[in-house]
Amino acid sequence: MSAPNSAAAKTERLMNLVMTLLYTRRPLPKARIREIVEQYRLAPNTEAFERMFERDKDDLRELGIPLVTEDITAAWEDEPGYRIHERDYALPDLHFEPDELAVLGLAARAWSHATLAAPAATALRKLRAGGVEPDGDAFIGVEPLVATREPAFAPLLDALLSLTPVCFDYARPGHDAPAPRRVHPWGLATASGRWYLTGHDLDRDAPRVFRLSRIAGPVRTVGPAGSYAVPPHHDPAAMVGRRRAVDTAYVALVRVRPGTGHALRSRSDIVDDAPDWTTLRLPYADRSATASELASYADDVLVDAPADLRAAVVAVLTGAADGATGEGTA
Amino acid sequence: MIIAESASARVPRLLSLVPWLVNRQGVDIEQAARELGVSVAQLQADLDLLFMCGYGTMTDELIDVSTEGGKIFIRNAETIARPLRLSRAEALTLMVGLRALAGADGVTDAPVVERALAKLEAAAASLMGEGGKVEAVLDDASTADTRAVVADALKARRRLHLRYHVPARDESTERDVDPMRLVAIEGHWYLEGWCHRASDTRLFRLDRITAIEILDADGTPPADARTRDLSAGTFVASADHPVITLDLSAGWEWVAEYYPVESVDMPHEDGPATRRVTLRAGETGWVRRLALRSGGGVRVVAPPELAQEVSTAAGRALAAYRQTPTALVGTGEGAAANEERAR
Repeated sequence: MSAPNSAAAKTERLMNLVMTLLYTRRPLPKARIREIVEQYRLAPNTEAFERMFERDKDDLRELGIPLVTEDITAAWEDEPGYRIHERDYALPDLHFEPDELAVLGLAARAWSHATLAAPAATALRKLRAGGVEPDGDAFIGVEPLVATREPAFAPLLDALLSLTPVCFDYARPGHDAPAPRRVHPWGLATASGRWYLTGHDLDRDAPRVFRLSRIAGPVRTVGPAGSYAVPPHHDPAAMVGRRRAVDTAYVALVRVRPGTGHALRSRSDIVDDAPDWTTLRLPYADRSATASELASYADDVLVDAPADLRAAVVAVLTGAADGATGEGTA
Repeated sequence: MIIAESASARVPRLLSLVPWLVNRQGVDIEQAARELGVSVAQLQADLDLLFMCGYGTMTDELIDVSTEGGKIFIRNAETIARPLRLSRAEALTLMVGLRALAGADGVTDAPVVERALAKLEAAAASLMGEGGKVEAVLDDASTADTRAVVADALKARRRLHLRYHVPARDESTERDVDPMRLVAIEGHWYLEGWCHRASDTRLFRLDRITAIEILDADGTPPADARTRDLSAGTFVASADHPVITLDLSAGWEWVAEYYPVESVDMPHEDGPATRRVTLRAGETGWVRRLALRSGGGVRVVAPPELAQEVSTAAGRALAAYRQTPTALVGTGEGAAANEERAR
């Protein structure tokens, strides 16, 4: 037996308790459990045993093990008995094909650099327990990774699964000090590889999106579990704005020097391909964003039309020329 | 020294280990460790502990484990021979992972992902209940075709030829690459491989590959080629790279979050800037382009040569605009372009 009070001793004790309660055909009273599980028998007195047993019961339930209390008739009178029904304990029979097991493996591996790496690995092991082996070479060298480097991820996940209100300090760009926000978490979604929380902001009484990397300090729970409902059909990814419509309402004529403007060429039609300039017909939607982008090429890309876009590019370049030296060279 | 693992982390592993082993009697211990994703030492320690567990204290009530000859046999473990139901976190990881893969055409087969997801959802339906939703998105601007070509080359160990666009330098290059892995991280898919042009391993963002083909040549990378540790992200800043100081004005503070900056301060001088950041970069083309694009919102403070480069480039472009007044350039085309705005 492992050294008493060590993590290994507790692991052993919980394993023995699980096996004992699964093995029994009828609910076992505490006294009987104490006789069967060696570590309980070695407890110095009844009080110590009972404290240990209460904690262990909570721990097993926490792990999702369906330990139940049932009445015992006659012999032990009022005393409750304990057992684990295999029908509630065991994973229902699931049969996965080798190709399905291979994608499940890929799905689990996606978490290998994340806070949920251990549950993902355990889940996969359970599904593969049946003895069917996955397609071995289906995904050689393929590594989709879901990173969760933000410390707020784990507590927010717990909160949104248990519907628990939370409070955290949130830094908004352009504001100096992070300010507390109270939120009913609805969902977590990634956009461009960053995690966002969607939820109901209690102080603003409106739905809001929060970027996890802007959450400063701990996430605290500020209410009981199950104290709100997530709106039906809530789609966190849509709310975070993954599906931004690409609108191309306008067309510009731009001249591009040879060997430059590759990102523009790939989304334009060529109007004229002369030795010193290629003229492109560039579709665009947002004038100021496009002006910024075109200005970044400096004199490698020049706008001929429309006039308003051309003026906007000149304004950005004037700002950059001033800003860079602080003297205004334009 | 092995750090003592908490019981709440170890019990779920042991309970999932037993059914796996029961259905693979005689499995080689090293192979088992590899497939279970644990070290041989850890697996041995787990087996030693299981050997002391049972539903009583008599020998015939205890689990019997044998590892003679490096083969694992496990007996008398019927009580825990079936895996425990999935926990909510366990089911969630697989479902979120599968849904993300469903959007990764070219890498996975959508019908297979959907079949697996349907079975899993049926098994875990009662678990997910009323709670919130989690969604990881793996689809970026890269195309399914590019992903499929890279995946095929990895499987067949063949060399790839790419035309690759580097926005920071606004250049397009042709490269031969021996593929090492296809990895999705931080919202983008990347090909990591041995680049024959650079004679080094390189990460190529798939949406910047403008042409790709599988060559007949063998694509096995050199034996000393190593994939990069991406657990801290894709950006590599080296202490050898020069320090760049930028002042950010209102509306441009996102730069401090988007790029891996080394420090963020309030600027000392009076002026429009609200943040002063420092970062390291070997390649400064992207900084110049950022400063140009910002129209003064991002100002280069140091090094002075880089600041000069920005103002010179902006000055050259402004001069070019002065030389081609709007009235003189293809008014017909301009009118045509503006007509199209009404579409």
